[in-house]
Amino acid sequence: MLDSVIFYFFAGLAVISAILTVTRRNAVHSAIFLITALLATAGIFLQLRAEFLFIVQIILYVGGIMVLFVFVIMLVNLDLAVRQMQFARQKWVALLISLALAAQVGVMLWSTGKLPGQGLPVSQAISADKLPMNSEAVAHSLFSSYLLPFEIASVLLLVAMIGAVVMAKKRT
Amino acid sequence: MQAVIQATLDFLKAYWAPLLCGLVIVAVLPLIAGYIVLVERKLMADMQARLGPMRVGPHGLLQPIADAVKLLIKEDIIPEDADKLVFWLAPVLSVGAALLSLAGLAIGPAFQVAKGINIGILFVVGVSAMGIYGIVLGGWASNSHYSLMGALRSSAQLVSYETAAGMALVSGLLFAGTLNVTSIVEAQRDQGIWFGLLAPVAFFTYLVASIAETNRAPFDLPEAESELVAGYMTEYSGFRWALYFLGEYTNMIVVASVATTLFLGGWLRPFPNTHWLNFLDFFPALMMFLIGVYCVMRAPKQPAKVQTLFMLAVAGLCFVLAFILVAPLLIPIAKPSLAAAVKPFADGILGSFWFLLKVSVYLYFFMWLRFTIPRYRFDQLMRLGWHFLIPLSIINVLVMGIAMIVGSYLHLAGGWLLLVTIPASVLALIVALYILSLEQKSAATEQARAASDSYAG
Amino acid sequence: MLSIEHYLFLGLALFIIGVIGVVTRRNVIVVLMSIELILNAVNINLVAFSRLYGDVAGQVFALFIIADAAAEAAVGLGIIIAFFRNRETVLADEMDLLKW
Repeated sequence: MLDSVIFYFFAGLAVISAILTVTRRNAVHSAIFLITALLATAGIFLQLRAEFLFIVQIILYVGGIMVLFVFVIMLVNLDLAVRQMQFARQKWVALLISLALAAQVGVMLWSTGKLPGQGLPVSQAISADKLPMNSEAVAHSLFSSYLLPFEIASVLLLVAMIGAVVMAKKRT
Repeated sequence: MQAVIQATLDFLKAYWAPLLCGLVIVAVLPLIAGYIVLVERKLMADMQARLGPMRVGPHGLLQPIADAVKLLIKEDIIPEDADKLVFWLAPVLSVGAALLSLAGLAIGPAFQVAKGINIGILFVVGVSAMGIYGIVLGGWASNSHYSLMGALRSSAQLVSYETAAGMALVSGLLFAGTLNVTSIVEAQRDQGIWFGLLAPVAFFTYLVASIAETNRAPFDLPEAESELVAGYMTEYSGFRWALYFLGEYTNMIVVASVATTLFLGGWLRPFPNTHWLNFLDFFPALMMFLIGVYCVMRAPKQPAKVQTLFMLAVAGLCFVLAFILVAPLLIPIAKPSLAAAVKPFADGILGSFWFLLKVSVYLYFFMWLRFTIPRYRFDQLMRLGWHFLIPLSIINVLVMGIAMIVGSYLHLAGGWLLLVTIPASVLALIVALYILSLEQKSAATEQARAASDSYAG
Repeated sequence: MLSIEHYLFLGLALFIIGVIGVVTRRNVIVVLMSIELILNAVNINLVAFSRLYGDVAGQVFALFIIADAAAEAAVGLGIIIAFFRNRETVLADEMDLLKW
């Protein structure tokens, strides 16, 4: 019961924030609603008992990436002139194609014949109180089975850091 | 409908203790933050050879209440063309992030809102990092260029020192082996030594980084600008400004609590494992008793009768606290049959007292630094963060890991680990200072080259 | 009782809203933000399946996706800043340097 309440709350918050993100005229408002959507996603992770991912989402996504976005928005939109048209000229065609994609995936999900609530319950493999400690399990997996992707990810972040600094530097 | 009510009652029955702790924190914290401001003003006065607030209540003890009333009844000014929603939201974000991060802290063995959460310390650090949005959005919503620049500077400072603080925490966590707050303190009890002594460089780095994280002197250029020119708090008046300050002082309590938990032994008394030092358990009660005696002695010397009565009331409060602190220790001596029942209370109450004492010492050190050291310029601040603290903390993680491996190979444990960690810390410090000197040399040559260019042109 | 379809529909909804944002908006920064929405939808799916089968590999994969999104956002915003310095615009329609 509590699980369902938490899920519906965070799911509703995520969808509403996402819709507001892509429709706001002011880019800073879009950023604020994206922050709310990311926090709602973190809440869904917490509800799925993925505690380490919950806090990583908050530290990296909300506390890192979105701060970067907000900084850049404030640096490039200083004149605050938002009288321009916000949606591209091809918006109706684009909307139609996106809805066709949604219908496609929706039909695929519908064809399983099970409404939400009748399919596989999410806690079927392990019930919530018998889960292993999440941080330890993720750390164990990350440093034994997935050590190579971990090291490659660190090289990727180094490359991205150097690239971003080089690109944003002023040419003296 | 019946199922909803039943589910709510089940929830309340299962989680009433954490909910009560959360309620206590939210209710009590604004008052405590106000009194921390008073303590700071009195300390500032003492270090400047004056008396501080003395008029409102005896020795100025009612000053925070007067300040709160003043801020509540002030006019609420919103700049023209400011974005009203974001203007309202920014202080709320600042305070909300700070208060939410308090949920992950354990003030004693039994007082924690998010009880037994697996990611303990990381939760506190991560959620308190969300306070950056309060600053950035506040500066943007004020619709003034100076506010925006001040806000961007302040948040750049916060982001820069967050990495150093996190890495310093990692060095301490290497010894704890877990992120769970209760387990960290129990690890310090089992190893018999505070992790701040085992990893002094990490403690020093976290100390400096936490001062920068909370915008305190000597790193308070964004805030001091708001006294001199402009900053993100300029357009905020009355209660909104009070919310920002509440957020800042709550942040101070949060970083002090994190440092206490990880580096200063949390709620353990000094030397928790040596039994012949058990008389130290009476120290909290003795301290409160002595404060009460001091208040009683000062009471007759007050100028007005109302103030005398107030001092006697404060003394009475101290005596009551002393009694509460000594009762769980005396009951097992008087009635040994009740010893087992009283032990959780003893641990809880005494542990909370030691924890709050250590947090107060840490905050005293913050305030002491504020009144002693001049302010850092912004580029000096950034250079200290990026060129000294971040290399220092990363190298410290590396050498602490090596020291731990060497220590486990030599079967060292507890206090004997100091034999390996102290040389490792000294090595880390030497390497980091060398890197800083290299950077200073290159910065000096760059400046010399630029100066000679301008003369040539 | 929550089943896997709940999470799949939520992921689908966020994905479609992200796609609509990417193909419809003119402001390149909002396009980048919609891409972050798409990545989050994928993460929700991964973590839901990880919980369904009790395997932590889904969460590790989601962790790598978050790290990857950070790198991509940093580089993308660096490009936008460099472009803005030259052309003073962030609207996708006006970024037509290669057109005749």
